[in-house]
Amino acid sequence: MTHLSEEQLILCYYGEPESLELQTHLAVCQECGRRFETLACMLDACDYPVPERLGSYEAAVWHRLEPKLASRKRWWLWNAAPALAGLILIAFFVGQWVGQRGSTHENASATPGKIRERVLLVAMGDHLERSQMVLAELVNTRPSGAIDISEERRRAEDLVHDNRLFRQTAAKTGKGIDASVLDDLERVLLEIAHSPSQISSPELENLQRRIEAQGILFKVRVVGTTVRAKGNQL
Amino acid sequence: MEWTDAAAVEHARGGNADAFRVLVDRHSRAVFRLAYRMTGNEHDAEDMVQETFLRAYKQLGKFDGRAGFGTWLYRIASNCSVDLIRARKKREERTVEAPVDGLRSREAGPERLTQSLEISGILGSAMNELSATERTAFVLRHYEGLGMDEIGGVLGVEANAAKHSVFRAVQKLRRALQPAMGAAR
Repeated sequence: MTHLSEEQLILCYYGEPESLELQTHLAVCQECGRRFETLACMLDACDYPVPERLGSYEAAVWHRLEPKLASRKRWWLWNAAPALAGLILIAFFVGQWVGQRGSTHENASATPGKIRERVLLVAMGDHLERSQMVLAELVNTRPSGAIDISEERRRAEDLVHDNRLFRQTAAKTGKGIDASVLDDLERVLLEIAHSPSQISSPELENLQRRIEAQGILFKVRVVGTTVRAKGNQL
Repeated sequence: MEWTDAAAVEHARGGNADAFRVLVDRHSRAVFRLAYRMTGNEHDAEDMVQETFLRAYKQLGKFDGRAGFGTWLYRIASNCSVDLIRARKKREERTVEAPVDGLRSREAGPERLTQSLEISGILGSAMNELSATERTAFVLRHYEGLGMDEIGGVLGVEANAAKHSVFRAVQKLRRALQPAMGAAR
């Protein structure tokens, strides 16, 4: 008589579908019955109690989770933002061109120029805020195993394109903000955009160190605040 | 009206936070239970719960509804835990708490209690010696009662490979627990 293997005894213990035939053997074979009892006794003793959670546990989980989700709620904005930024910049340049042509007329008003500048500042402020969120999320991610940064990478790719347009505008017109901050930001965004979707803990730590060493998060925050304040004044 | 998981996912995808909260309310205890047994540590388990729901929220667009939302969430939680276990093994910080407190409340005679405590202490260490895949497979089969197909789905392997991970886990645990079991008889 062929006795059951340990694997077959395990299948019997868990009542796997393929163990039905084996159960018949188990019922008649004393040797296998004894081995099954030993295995079952060991597995029954594998008690791993889980600490009780309070009745309000779900609310507590949500309370911790909700602020982290808030920054992701506007994912649709992320998708629409590049097109929006492009349109704003086109409108800005068209407006400037029209303004220059119109300046030959003495009655050209300063108001349309201010509106254009305000629109540009608001768009820049939004761009800087979105950049800041990507950088902050990466800096605050806990290095643990392989980290999926595919979403941050995708957002950085979009932001690089916008950033280039804003940087060129800032350099050309001298309006809004110092182009060098956008230049620094572009380098960091490019690095994120060219990173693999999954990075290891040491790679994340390196990236975090580079972001922190350049103080780019702080600069972007300060410039973003300045830009928004300027926009509000206009 | 109570949403099904599928309906809640659809609404959550549309940016409805209340719908996502329904999913959190419905599944957070189960995710904690799994995370605790995977990590053996309450603090890590709580972090895993947060990380699991964050990843789930981020990847809602990828949920295709072929598996149930709970199974999909288990897959994410298991992956989070596997990442943590691997990182922990790398750092050689094996400081898993033995699940002793829960045992104290059980009605049992002194002999049974002593035996359980001893075994649970050994069990904690033995679980730490399992590979991340073996531990996941064992936890999902032994404690969560998932079928081999579902475990395969969570691990991203065939059911047969999942079965072999369970076999290896049980064999390793048996070797670790046998001395204590024999002494207790």
